Amino acid sequence: MAAKTKEILLDPLFDNNPIAAQVLGICSALAVTTQMSASIVMAIALTVVTGFSGLSVSLIRNYIPANIRIIVQLTIIASLVIVTDQVLKAFVFDISKQLSVFVGLIITNCIVMGRAEAFAMQRKPIESFVDGIGNGFGYSFFLLLTGFFRELIGSGRLFGAQILPLATEGGWYTPNGLMVLAPGAFFVIGLAIWALRTWKPMLKEEE
Amino acid sequence: MLRKLLDKQGKAFEKGGKFEKLYPLYEAMDTFLYTPGDTAKKPSFVRDAVDLKRMMFTVVIAMTPAILLGIYNAGLQANMAIDAGLSQLDNWQMALVQMLGIGFDPANIIACFVHGLVYYLPILIVTFAVGGFWEVLFAAVRKHEVNEGFFVTGMLIPMLVPPTIPLWQVAVATSFGIVIGKEVFGGVGFNILNPALTARAFLFFAYPGEISGNSVWVAVDGFSSATPLALAAEQGMSALTQDPHLWYNAFMGYIPGSLGETSVAACLIGAFILIVTGVASWRIMLSVVIGAFAMSSLLNLVGSDTNPMMAVPFQWHLVVGGFAFGTVFMATDPVTAPVSNTARVIYGFLIGVLVILVRSVNPAYPEGMMLSILLMNVFAPLIDYYVVKAHKKKRMARYVG
Repeated sequence: MAAKTKEILLDPLFDNNPIAAQVLGICSALAVTTQMSASIVMAIALTVVTGFSGLSVSLIRNYIPANIRIIVQLTIIASLVIVTDQVLKAFVFDISKQLSVFVGLIITNCIVMGRAEAFAMQRKPIESFVDGIGNGFGYSFFLLLTGFFRELIGSGRLFGAQILPLATEGGWYTPNGLMVLAPGAFFVIGLAIWALRTWKPMLKEEE
Repeated sequence: MLRKLLDKQGKAFEKGGKFEKLYPLYEAMDTFLYTPGDTAKKPSFVRDAVDLKRMMFTVVIAMTPAILLGIYNAGLQANMAIDAGLSQLDNWQMALVQMLGIGFDPANIIACFVHGLVYYLPILIVTFAVGGFWEVLFAAVRKHEVNEGFFVTGMLIPMLVPPTIPLWQVAVATSFGIVIGKEVFGGVGFNILNPALTARAFLFFAYPGEISGNSVWVAVDGFSSATPLALAAEQGMSALTQDPHLWYNAFMGYIPGSLGETSVAACLIGAFILIVTGVASWRIMLSVVIGAFAMSSLLNLVGSDTNPMMAVPFQWHLVVGGFAFGTVFMATDPVTAPVSNTARVIYGFLIGVLVILVRSVNPAYPEGMMLSILLMNVFAPLIDYYVVKAHKKKRMARYVG
């Protein structure tokens, strides 16, 4: 049992990563990763929502009528997202403003819906919770990776602190404007997928 | 003798030799200097003087007038500004010119040429060094040969950038163009986007300060003069017609701009070579021009009180910015353009329309050539697909009848 739980937790990290292997949840990954701090908050928010929506859906899975299951799942996810949004607004208001609609849009995040529908509907609550957290970690890993490169290359900063002194302020670093734009995230994620597939060739589609 | 030397060295690069990994490098050297030693062993045989190498080489020859004129013009613009009393840039290129003792006389052709050359050559060298590194790396890992496609890309990139561009940016942009624009798709022949334009687009979005605006086009300290294109966007047609020689200057290429793209005359010579040798498609070039004509005439008719670009007539669009250069050398790239003739006409026409549209309607981008060609590159396979489908349908209908 323990080994299986570990597998459920770690499998989505690389082998079955929601962003790099399944290419889900890309919209928010493109939108919020210009800064590390925003990326971290988004990553935590999504991990919490995925974990607890998995748990809740799994708890009542035997009572959900099959033909309205998506609506029920959505209700649960939406409630969790609203709670998360309120918490963010209460404690990290600045970052919450930065994330703007993207916290609310976790409701439509394909990863959350996908795990609820594909995993939590068939599995026991604890497993579903672990699966949700695992997928959240997989998402978080790529979100932070993208955020790291975009903030460092795009503005020479990490967590808002100047790491590379800017040329305009007497330093030597000229920030790369492309990284601040959304396409920058495409390139970072694309290169990351390339690296992951080279590392784990089994992810490649059969030709 | 060279042949013998190559053969002798060649053994070390063969399978099991000392430098097995570097074989692509050797192969590139060898076939660049000599005709490849291997011939087709099974049918079907094609007997034709034109191979990829010859084709790419024709393109390079066609680009030569534009390059030479671009180098001369870069020096001319800078020398004219110095002559007008502006101080020289404080960099090693200037120190080199002074060491040579040629001076900064705008009337002296040699002085202008040398002045341009000290900017052009470093950019060219960096492009080839960095681009060559990626080519050889990918060739070694994927075990294929370095081919001549890169040669053209490497010649194109320096022509697309302003003379004042920092060399490290050239290096970064070349890497981006070669790796993201070409190698991720599988190398020469598989790329969707033109690698040279991808490199320029990267610069345009990543470091806009060094490749757009008014102060980068002439290599002199504190120089700020709009290119005719920017002038038209800011002040309208009256600014262009003030100087009666401006149209001629723009046609010949004596205006501030990127290193190789200012001269329409040189591009026309290039176009002539490309069309006569059959390397580039005249259908694309012609339809780009027609598209631009149609769109600019339409916008002239519509008119606008707030946007002076709408009133710029066709003959001006033709000579300013990178229109001629893009039409002749970029839009016709055989890899990224469509392959069927009907599709080529549609593709070219849409490029022409888009260029004028971006130039006139979007105030953020004074030049639209790069973006419109890249955009149509993406659609090229789709256009081809529908042209082939329509053709099939026509044939089917005929067959049934």
